Amino acid sequence: MSLADLFDYSDYGRLLGLVLNSVVACAILGIVGGLIGVFVIQRDMAFAVHGISELSFAGAAAALLIGVDVLLGSIVGSVIAAAIIGVLGARARDRNSIVGVLMPFGLGLGILFLSLYQGRSANKFGLLTGQVVAVGDDQLWWLVGVAAVVFAVLLVVWRPLAFDSLDPEAAAARGVPARRLSLVFMLLLGLMVAVAVQIIGALLVLALLVTPAAAATRVTHSATLVPILSMAFGLVSALGGILIAVGSTLPVSPFITTISFAIWLVCRDVGRTRDIRRFRRAAEAHALEAA
Amino acid sequence: MTLPVLELQDAALRVRGRTLFAGLDLQVAPGELVAVLGPNGAGKTSLFRAILGLERLATGRATILGEPARRGDRRIGYVPQQRVWPRGTPMLGRDLVTMGRTGSRWGIPLTGREDREAVARAVWAVRAESLAARPVGDLSGGEQQRLRIAQAIVDEPSLLLLDEALSSLDLAYQAEILALVDAERQRGAAVLFIAHDVNPILDRVDRILYLARGRHRLGTPDEVLTSEALSALYGTRVDVLRVADPEDGARQRVFVAGVADGHEHHLEDHAEQLEQLERSE
Repeated sequence: MSLADLFDYSDYGRLLGLVLNSVVACAILGIVGGLIGVFVIQRDMAFAVHGISELSFAGAAAALLIGVDVLLGSIVGSVIAAAIIGVLGARARDRNSIVGVLMPFGLGLGILFLSLYQGRSANKFGLLTGQVVAVGDDQLWWLVGVAAVVFAVLLVVWRPLAFDSLDPEAAAARGVPARRLSLVFMLLLGLMVAVAVQIIGALLVLALLVTPAAAATRVTHSATLVPILSMAFGLVSALGGILIAVGSTLPVSPFITTISFAIWLVCRDVGRTRDIRRFRRAAEAHALEAA
Repeated sequence: MTLPVLELQDAALRVRGRTLFAGLDLQVAPGELVAVLGPNGAGKTSLFRAILGLERLATGRATILGEPARRGDRRIGYVPQQRVWPRGTPMLGRDLVTMGRTGSRWGIPLTGREDREAVARAVWAVRAESLAARPVGDLSGGEQQRLRIAQAIVDEPSLLLLDEALSSLDLAYQAEILALVDAERQRGAAVLFIAHDVNPILDRVDRILYLARGRHRLGTPDEVLTSEALSALYGTRVDVLRVADPEDGARQRVFVAGVADGHEHHLEDHAEQLEQLERSE
């Protein structure tokens, strides 16, 4: 197999028209995933995201088996997982063990449902590793709708949620309702994971819900710039991934994960170089003062 | 007589069946500094939480400027016990102070001119202009503490609650923080100051509230910090030693000896853990 077999951009314009739905879905997922990722990082919930996505996969597989809408099954699975983690895992250590218990259970259930499913095998893998090209008109509207709700609610709760994430004692004293906020956030996270599973697959959800925000916090610490950069990184990863994948016979996921990883690598290097320079300057200033 | 900033009437607080204090009457006037002392687990932080409306009094009332204590009262500024933010925390000094002003507001997160000015004033008041644009995680404990105080005073509160605001700070930083507290008192704010060691604030303290063993004692330092008073409070022999400050002969340093034997200490550690557990839930 040569590269030419894998990539063919000769008829790109026409291909792009055919998968326009998927391009739009990717762009939106990139932006909203990048935004919610900021809180995933701040609240130390990367592992919880992974756990939610496995139960989302189980829900989607069950939906496939009984013949109802896959996105709906996915949402049911991830919202149940998010609620369990939100109610039982208020503290980080409890949360990690609960996620560790839920995750294999969800994955096992999903594999069971898929084994029982008699339909197309492409659907089976798609839930785990991404199936974006299959976004139909109906589905697109659902994806856009769910993502829009998540985006809007995130904006409304932004300041109390950030306050509670970064400075919980002071936030409580200011009357921020930590417990209710945390449950709202888990619900939003569950919805967003369900959307992401449709596009990038349950196993790779972290590439859009964690990596962009992790990259952004490497290059800036500003509470304003981190979400903006994170959304930009998410958009570039998801959109870049689908635009490359269109001319290829390969699935979209590896392109998205590779781009987001590359962005993280660059950000990490930029951040480190700047830190080293800052330390050197501080040390020099200190030496000057001493002399 | 002016309205007291904080008034507790016959206040009692119980945590899991354990009485932290009962029958507590306290009136704090504008500009007054009351030190809250006592062993770990005696209920100092819980008292603050009751004033903040986060903990319900078992009996009695707590009022702030004549109104019942309630959650999210913006007339109270609170500096929680210090927890140092690690490197990489996605927040600048300015962001930390801004949260005190707008952090509990819902809606599109845009900071208006009035809020930016209030934040700038608070940052200026604690002389942290050079820290505002730096990542909080890169700052020293003392620098972070200054920003915390800016966060607490950004709404110009009438009551300032400081929980161990000086612990783990070196002497120069302690003096800086105390100067900030003085400025707030001059503005008219009443201050309640939980202290592990009373000596750094002893010459500023108007009154002391000492909590121990479910009992309390309120009075001037000379009334409370005596062997007799503390022995009665602890129900066991306690010696209060007063020693002239070697650096400044006019000042005295106070040491409390023989407070607790191992067993009681163990109990108190336990109580402290319980308290922390409950707070985290």
